[in-house]
Amino acid sequence: MKVSIYRYNPDTDREPTMKEYEVDTQGKDLMVLDILALVKEQDESLSYRRSCREGVCGSDGMNINGKNGLACITPLSEVAPGVKEGKKPLVLRPLPGLPVIRDLVVDMGVFYEQYEKVQPYLQNQSPAPAIERLQSPEERAKLDGLYECILCACCSTSCPSFWWNPEKFLGPAALLQSYRFLADSRDDATEERLSRLDDPFSLFRCRGIMNCVSVCPKGLNPTRAIGHIRSMLLERGV
Amino acid sequence: MSIRTITFDAIVVGGGGAGMRASLQMAQSGFKTALISKVFPTRSHTVSAQGGITCAIASADPNDDWRWHMYDTVKGSDYIGDQDAIEYMCQVGPEAVFELDHMGLPFSRTEEGRIYQRPFGGQSKNFGEGGQAARTCAAADRTGHALLHTLYQQNLKNGTQFYNEWYAAELVKDANENVCGVIAISIETGETVFFKAKATVFATGGSGRIYSSTTNALINTGDGVGMALRAGVPVQDIEMWQFHPTGIAGAGVLVTEGCRGEGGYLINKDGERFMERYAPNAKDLASRDVVARSMMMEILDGRGDGPDGNYVYLKLDHLGEEVLHSRLPGICELAITFAGTDPVKEPIPVVPTCHYMMGGIPTNVHGQALKMSGGHEGEDQIVNGLFAVGEVACVSVHGANRLGGNSLLDLVVFGRAAGLYIEDALRQGMTQYEPSNDDIEAALTRVNRWNDSKGGESVHSLRKELQTTMQNHFGVFRKGDLMEEGVQKLADLRGRIAKAHLDDKSSAFNMARVEALELDNLLEVAEATAIAAYNRTESRGAHSRYDYPDRDDENWLCHSIYDPRTKQLGKREVNFKPKTVETFQPKVRTY
Repeated sequence: MKVSIYRYNPDTDREPTMKEYEVDTQGKDLMVLDILALVKEQDESLSYRRSCREGVCGSDGMNINGKNGLACITPLSEVAPGVKEGKKPLVLRPLPGLPVIRDLVVDMGVFYEQYEKVQPYLQNQSPAPAIERLQSPEERAKLDGLYECILCACCSTSCPSFWWNPEKFLGPAALLQSYRFLADSRDDATEERLSRLDDPFSLFRCRGIMNCVSVCPKGLNPTRAIGHIRSMLLERGV
Repeated sequence: MSIRTITFDAIVVGGGGAGMRASLQMAQSGFKTALISKVFPTRSHTVSAQGGITCAIASADPNDDWRWHMYDTVKGSDYIGDQDAIEYMCQVGPEAVFELDHMGLPFSRTEEGRIYQRPFGGQSKNFGEGGQAARTCAAADRTGHALLHTLYQQNLKNGTQFYNEWYAAELVKDANENVCGVIAISIETGETVFFKAKATVFATGGSGRIYSSTTNALINTGDGVGMALRAGVPVQDIEMWQFHPTGIAGAGVLVTEGCRGEGGYLINKDGERFMERYAPNAKDLASRDVVARSMMMEILDGRGDGPDGNYVYLKLDHLGEEVLHSRLPGICELAITFAGTDPVKEPIPVVPTCHYMMGGIPTNVHGQALKMSGGHEGEDQIVNGLFAVGEVACVSVHGANRLGGNSLLDLVVFGRAAGLYIEDALRQGMTQYEPSNDDIEAALTRVNRWNDSKGGESVHSLRKELQTTMQNHFGVFRKGDLMEEGVQKLADLRGRIAKAHLDDKSSAFNMARVEALELDNLLEVAEATAIAAYNRTESRGAHSRYDYPDRDDENWLCHSIYDPRTKQLGKREVNFKPKTVETFQPKVRTY
């Protein structure tokens, strides 16, 4: 099958190019990450991030035939009709909207900065008990669909609002994390957290496009989390 | 060539659970701490831990006792775990786990609002007399992910200085073998820097990638062990490799022991629950070494399924959709993605798969690295300036076989212990050893070798050959002549890897260079494993030999010590002197 990969090495290339490779899959429904490994056997100069190869570390987010996803849990058969059969090329590009360092590796700096802005850690002023802070199963259930985020950036880099204002709009990943702490019964910094989001950009630049939901490899729903924060801000305003 | 020097009080190499627990401790106390990680910390392999963290917090059972946990761990280790270290881990454990809750780790909960605990293999109540315990604290089946993200968040809060995507290549020592820091390369720019520190903490994790089939992440290449061995620091019990019973056949992806804790069980191709024959009491919740061997016997006796008859099944469908989706949601995803089976309806094809390195750099309970006065034998001596925590260390709490859920506990307890010790030592004034220019130059030899390579075999073909050698010669069952052949093959590989070629010499995000440097480390770990396995002439825990089928307490109730300088294997005493409880005497180990 044919694979077309975005190549750019700042040491040697004046501009990026798409490079074509031929890979023998022996008809198997390999993961996109397996294909990258086969390409790297032919051409060791290809760079991409990878670690767990099972969809939990979030290293290998990339744009696969136009859609963001994790290479390690995207089988060829799910990329697009005809790709696995070799009728259509597999097209791999870096995540959109972030500066490219090299090949499929993007500079995630601004993405991490937005994450840090939501103060993504539990805050509780009361002294900790000698055992755990108690939390009912119902309270804990509110964190499901939030804590599982793997920071792969597939969502934020598919979001037009983030493309336009990556420094001012926090983006779906950071907002999901913000809500993860707002929803935690053990956290008591709700007021401060909401105050920091109460401006025209940080949260309210979300236009409900829902690209984040359609690409999230973990099946999470940042748009819904953003909706919950909006409601909290509105209730607080009344 | 002169390179930039960056100075810290302490540096931690590795951003997994152990490294970030250590760095957190030191950052909280205000010391200048750097964490160097070859990946962004939340991409470290701790993220893949599923089932939980074993600890007697007395939630599932109000009468639970850390001494029972200690008993299980000593027995699980096949009696070569150090009892003072195991005692410390089990006793301090609850404090370390409650701290994680206070940091925000989203543990699953009981109706009482306490942390949910599930049964895991090798767990008992009342020193093996009271039946199965439920002692593994869980955040669904994503405990490692929850733990790693929580620790990263706390490090952000406390101002740890991260050097993410920096690759630590070599230890820097002075003329007297004191550790002064490490050479590290910025993967993004290619810049090579000397990180100087009073304390260098290795938290580089395991090295499952020496095998071709492993549950380990692609980054688990034994970088810390490689650096230590090249610096002349020995390794202990490195022949002890855990094969996890349930790796997904083919893909090698892990399926947590928590599945069996929740009531799942293994069946052969005839649908028989075969563990009832091998471990009549604990059945599917016997220790991992026992279950892995039983599965291999089923397969070797022709009761495996599939086109090559080389896997058995993990049956979960009887637990019902609700339990599976609430307790084991990650497993359902993984099984569908990597085995094409939905565990709600069908069993998952599984096979024992390389999972965990019980051996590593010998340390005391403070994480201080140890060497022997006579190389492979003699008295313990502290390696000044060097610490090791987590999987790269051998403190030793796991001995010849680790119990499920004890790895995450090891990470946080000993990451914390090393942090506490260094914090205290820094307050009292720790020595900064100063290397000469020649010392730094010596540490750059290997990096320069690859950068100057002009031709030779490729990294990926040599890596594949190394992995195949380990898989075929040092698997679940081992045999003297086969291992001897393996040792020869590795000696040959050493010669060829020393002349291998890095074609891509560019500086920006050059992953080919990283993989080349990793290959040297894989070789160091593989060779140490091979020589130690060949020389330990008994079967104990995960080390199982056809030619020496029995445990030999007379000769081998001890640690093995591999000296990289002479390639000799020596012996070191196991600690049988816990401080607050009676010694657990070696017994015949049955489940």
